[in-house]
Amino acid sequence: MTNNKPSTQIIKDLEKLKNYVIKMGSMVEQNLKKSIDSFLKRDEKLAEEIAKSDDSVNDMEIKIDKECNRIIAIRQPTAGDLRFILSMIKIVNDLERIGDGTKKIAHYAQILAAKENKTKLYLEIEPLAERVISMLNKTMDAFTKMDFNKAMEILELDIKINQEFDRISRLFISHMIENPRNIKSMLRVNTCARTLERIGDHSKNICESIIYSVKGKDIRHIKYKDAKISLNIE
Amino acid sequence: MNFKDDLGLQREISKTVGNPLIKDSSSIKISCRDVNIFYNKNVQVIFNINLDVSKNQVLAMIGPSGCGKSTLLRAFNRMNDTIDDCVLKGSIKMDDDDIYSKKIDPVTLRAKIGMVFQKPNPFPKSIYDNVAYGPKIHGLTKNKSDLDDIVEESLTKAGLWDETKDRLNKSGTSLSGGQQQRLCIARAIAVKPEVILMDEPTSALDPIATNVIEELIFELKSSYTIVIVTHSMQQAARISDRAAYFHLGKLVEVNETGKFFTNPSDSLTEKYITGRFG
Repeated sequence: MTNNKPSTQIIKDLEKLKNYVIKMGSMVEQNLKKSIDSFLKRDEKLAEEIAKSDDSVNDMEIKIDKECNRIIAIRQPTAGDLRFILSMIKIVNDLERIGDGTKKIAHYAQILAAKENKTKLYLEIEPLAERVISMLNKTMDAFTKMDFNKAMEILELDIKINQEFDRISRLFISHMIENPRNIKSMLRVNTCARTLERIGDHSKNICESIIYSVKGKDIRHIKYKDAKISLNIE
Repeated sequence: MNFKDDLGLQREISKTVGNPLIKDSSSIKISCRDVNIFYNKNVQVIFNINLDVSKNQVLAMIGPSGCGKSTLLRAFNRMNDTIDDCVLKGSIKMDDDDIYSKKIDPVTLRAKIGMVFQKPNPFPKSIYDNVAYGPKIHGLTKNKSDLDDIVEESLTKAGLWDETKDRLNKSGTSLSGGQQQRLCIARAIAVKPEVILMDEPTSALDPIATNVIEELIFELKSSYTIVIVTHSMQQAARISDRAAYFHLGKLVEVNETGKFFTNPSDSLTEKYITGRFG
């Protein structure tokens, strides 16, 4: 016999919503890996796939937003349920922005593939890309488990990503000063690096949303150590 | 997030979480300290309640049926005195006066702490007499003109004057359910109370009449302290300044309403307001 109690219905709704977001996260993760691959391997065909796949990510965003609206209107959630839905709306927005980032990287991958490269310096973004892929992967893992401790640990990864971006940015600038003819192509590579750094920021936002959903604490715009104190984390 | 976690309803509740007590003593209207209520001497229904009600605020008391919220509400104006073998231990004070002191006359007390019930219960009298009855028996007026003023003022405050001014001699029972409930509120206001207790005042009303009463409660709080028992979580969220959650006769949590409904401090409150039980 199926249980149609309202309290059971909202549990089902929230689980369904969570599964949608996990699916969207997985699509975005795949696109990110593919876009990096297409960039580093100068694979034009693979880069083309990303643009098409990003449409599915956008469709998913709309589908999840509609589902959130429906649950709010029909179930009138409170407390943890309400925080969960509010967090989903934000997380989905961040995932969509990451999707846009992957599309942008794929776009530059296509340009890079079409032109002769005088330097292999674009390969320098690989360590940054690996860090960003790993951060997003861990973020979605923390989301699946709604593990706020893991989400807190992941926040620290963003600091290293920023440092790595600063490092390769300095490298690119030095190269451009020495080789002014490569400025245009190096600016494109630097934009990709910047996009990766922004994807790190979106992953950080997702972690903050996970923490808000689970603990009800808004740790945006506060220092990491203060956030730990407010969450009673040693 | 584990949506299907153990409800833990049998958990021991040792201490009320949140902010049941108010630091600024000048803003306290009613204060309960170590309140325990028993029926038939040995059946305890309320356990060790410590709670302050702020002046000119709305306190919503929520909880599953039988949790003791209505019993505590009725204790605020000694309505439980009418029940044989109902015993209260501890103290309930209004403005530093112990309302259970022998010096206090319950009838005078109930004029200061008025009550509106679940089902509208106008007297089988005219609209005018329904409102005028209280001031007359409490001797609040000296002449007809004063009484007319009180009736008009009370009906105006209850948002009913415009609808009834041309038919004050019609029976109170001829009004619609929502109007009857506003008449009961006007009747409570007429004796110039300081506190109004409301026991599920809109549970018998349709959404439009409910909305009118809720708007009225919002307006009335500038003049009165209001304590409301409601089964509607949405209503508690809409109209109260602070909310209190009761479970099996114990006060689990009291918090500012925004916090109470977005991030309650106790897991039992969370489970109740998210509909996991109750």
